[in-house]
Amino acid sequence: MSFLKRLKDRFQPSREKEAAGKSVEEQNEKLDDGLISIEEFEEWEQEQIGYKFKAGLEKSREKFQNEINELMARYRTVDEDFFEALEEVLIGADVGFNTVMELTDELRHVAKVENITESRDLKETIVEKMVEIYERNDDLPETVNIQEDDLTVILVVGVNGVGKTTSIGKLAYKYKQEGKNVMLAAGDTFRAGAINQLKVWGSRVDVDVISQSEGSDPAAVMFDAINAAKKRGTDVLICDTAGRLQNKGNLMNELSKMKNVIQKTVPDAPHESLLVLDATTGQNALSQAKAFKEVTDVSGIVLTKLDGTAKGGIVLAIRNELGIPVKFVGLGEQLDDLQEFSAENYVYGLFADMISNAEELDDSGGDDV
Amino acid sequence: MAFEGLGERLQATMDRIKSKGKVSESDIKVMMREVRLALLEADVNFKVVKQFINQVKERALGSDVMQSLTPGQQVIKIVKEELTDLMGGDNQKINLSQKPPTVIMMVGLQGAGKTTTAGKLALHLRKNYNKKPLLVAGDIYRPAAIDQLETVGRQIDVPVFALGDQVKPQQIVTEALDHARAEHQDTVIIDTAGRLHIDEGLMNELKDIKEIAKPDEIMLVVDSMTGQDAVNVAESFNDMLDITGVTLTKLDGDTRGGAALSIRSVTDKPIKFAGMSEKMDGLETFHPDRMAQRILGMGDVLSIIEKAQATVDEDEQKVLQQKIKDQSFTLDDFLEQMDQVKNLGPLDDLLKMMPGANKIKGLDKMQMSGNEIDHVQAIIRSMTMDERENPSKINASRKKRIARGSGRTLQEVNRLLKQFNEMKKMMKQMTSQKGKKKNPFGNMGLPF
Repeated sequence: MSFLKRLKDRFQPSREKEAAGKSVEEQNEKLDDGLISIEEFEEWEQEQIGYKFKAGLEKSREKFQNEINELMARYRTVDEDFFEALEEVLIGADVGFNTVMELTDELRHVAKVENITESRDLKETIVEKMVEIYERNDDLPETVNIQEDDLTVILVVGVNGVGKTTSIGKLAYKYKQEGKNVMLAAGDTFRAGAINQLKVWGSRVDVDVISQSEGSDPAAVMFDAINAAKKRGTDVLICDTAGRLQNKGNLMNELSKMKNVIQKTVPDAPHESLLVLDATTGQNALSQAKAFKEVTDVSGIVLTKLDGTAKGGIVLAIRNELGIPVKFVGLGEQLDDLQEFSAENYVYGLFADMISNAEELDDSGGDDV
Repeated sequence: MAFEGLGERLQATMDRIKSKGKVSESDIKVMMREVRLALLEADVNFKVVKQFINQVKERALGSDVMQSLTPGQQVIKIVKEELTDLMGGDNQKINLSQKPPTVIMMVGLQGAGKTTTAGKLALHLRKNYNKKPLLVAGDIYRPAAIDQLETVGRQIDVPVFALGDQVKPQQIVTEALDHARAEHQDTVIIDTAGRLHIDEGLMNELKDIKEIAKPDEIMLVVDSMTGQDAVNVAESFNDMLDITGVTLTKLDGDTRGGAALSIRSVTDKPIKFAGMSEKMDGLETFHPDRMAQRILGMGDVLSIIEKAQATVDEDEQKVLQQKIKDQSFTLDDFLEQMDQVKNLGPLDDLLKMMPGANKIKGLDKMQMSGNEIDHVQAIIRSMTMDERENPSKINASRKKRIARGSGRTLQEVNRLLKQFNEMKKMMKQMTSQKGKKKNPFGNMGLPF
């Protein structure tokens, strides 16, 4: 099981120490004694984030692992039925269709070439192939491109109802907490109540919101906002846009117009074009990512509503098929529930138990007949 | 990422098999794999797919597929029949109470489109059932949700009942019902906050509201782009609330909408409406058979024809046909025709519904914004009435004037005139052919 060992070693440093078994309360108590050092506090904070992340993805992980294990138990031999069942598990986790097909085709090939007949012996290869897919685009920049000592413009786009405005509220909170001077631009002038929704977030987080009236030209709002941001010495300007389905040519053009207006004043902006995707979306997420990438050169994805579902496999698909990194995940409804996404943690989380299980199997020496 | 329809998938498989002449049981198995992949690719839940495939396989093995000369076609036929069957046959109407007020409750996940659909439904009920709807703002959690509903209410001129975001939804609903009775509003549409199906606290709140309002219709609003999870969402809402209908939203996107099939098969509740645009009149009755075709990637011809019929005035059509017969069709009539085409809505919407349109490369990038129609109309409007009647009069200097007046180029004016002439020629040929088939698009030939 050398591969799994390697994988484990690789992910080991990022693994939260013992955090898995502890509840938040317990960890809070640790803080309450008031005697911890800065390092300890930082470690604790790291654990908190790790915990939240884990809790949010717990469902995905558990379900996925159970299913893989069940699969191994049910299909002892590697045959077409086994592969179909495997496809179902992966598709059930919303790993994109094409990615799944690619993966299972490769596995079929491996099984044939290496003459693997017992499903158990294929488990390692499954993990290996999935990590391979994840690593294929390893050079994708996962950190958010924030300009030091200069204006950073973040453009937020997506289809209707994915949670753009809410994510902006959370992002604003995050950067505000980091001591940055944040401004919001109410670029959704179309949907009823959208401007007010952003304003409510603005006052909640206590940041300025630049807006015009409903129905006005969003590009004009962008123009106002970017000039105001420059004048007021804002650090981070986050631009909201109206939700639009990616197959509406006119609306997509409007988006590129907004981008052009922004670039006229700040040529290297937007520094980040974030596409907000709903984690419950199926194959259409890929079509969305592709269309928005063409128009606004999407640099990262915000995956929302990840707490509600047992899904999230689409992360792999988007990475594999489109090469766009997931930069944030929305794990709940609280202000601080938007977390920077670590693909490494995610992949590790997905396979954590499988890795230890495999090791146990390895240790027991595989003594069944 | 090109979506392949089931048709092409099976065709490709058949081409491989064809050389053998006869279809064997294992060939059927291969075909079933294609059906399976097509459905999975369309986001139908894998459990539903499995069940479905077993059904189809049984029928395919038992029937004449194996003897048929076109087994691929036979399989498609069976799949389509079974799929339509599963989707529930005919369209089902909204539940209305005999004793007013009719109470409709909108439920669903965040961002599914509940508030927009509530507004659309209010407009639909007023327009088609002559109802006096009242919208109730029950979403006290999301910032500005009440504001959104109030704006929607203003747009369609429907009253909105709201008590702010500090009053519990249960209380709001109670008072709203009293208010509706007092004001003789015969239909109450309750907008509720979006919630995750796993959020027990909020799900219990919905149960309370159901208890208080005793709704005639509990409408689950689901985003048509939802993936495998659609099953879980629909199942939990149905278990909790015993929903009575489903609205699928954002169907004007390019999703195949397999979620529809998943929802239908786990809840056995009818899908009643389809949300088709961000505009308030963008609510259409749901047609299971057409959805079945869309999931299979077969396009939706019926909807296009229906749309055309709904927008094209029949009397005008008769006059027009007479004109074509008499060959007195002028540029002015042509102008009118184009207005009707424009009323059909954005051209890309129409194209999308056409079978095979998803195969045309670059269609998604094509600019079908109706600008060209505008240009042609501008050119015709820059002509005098006389010129429109007798285009042959238009000489070089008139052309120049028209081009200047419409802001188009001389070439465009020339092209239009040439195409109009060709169109007239075609009309002449058409009318001279006897017993020709009636073609709904026959008189819509466009010069571009």
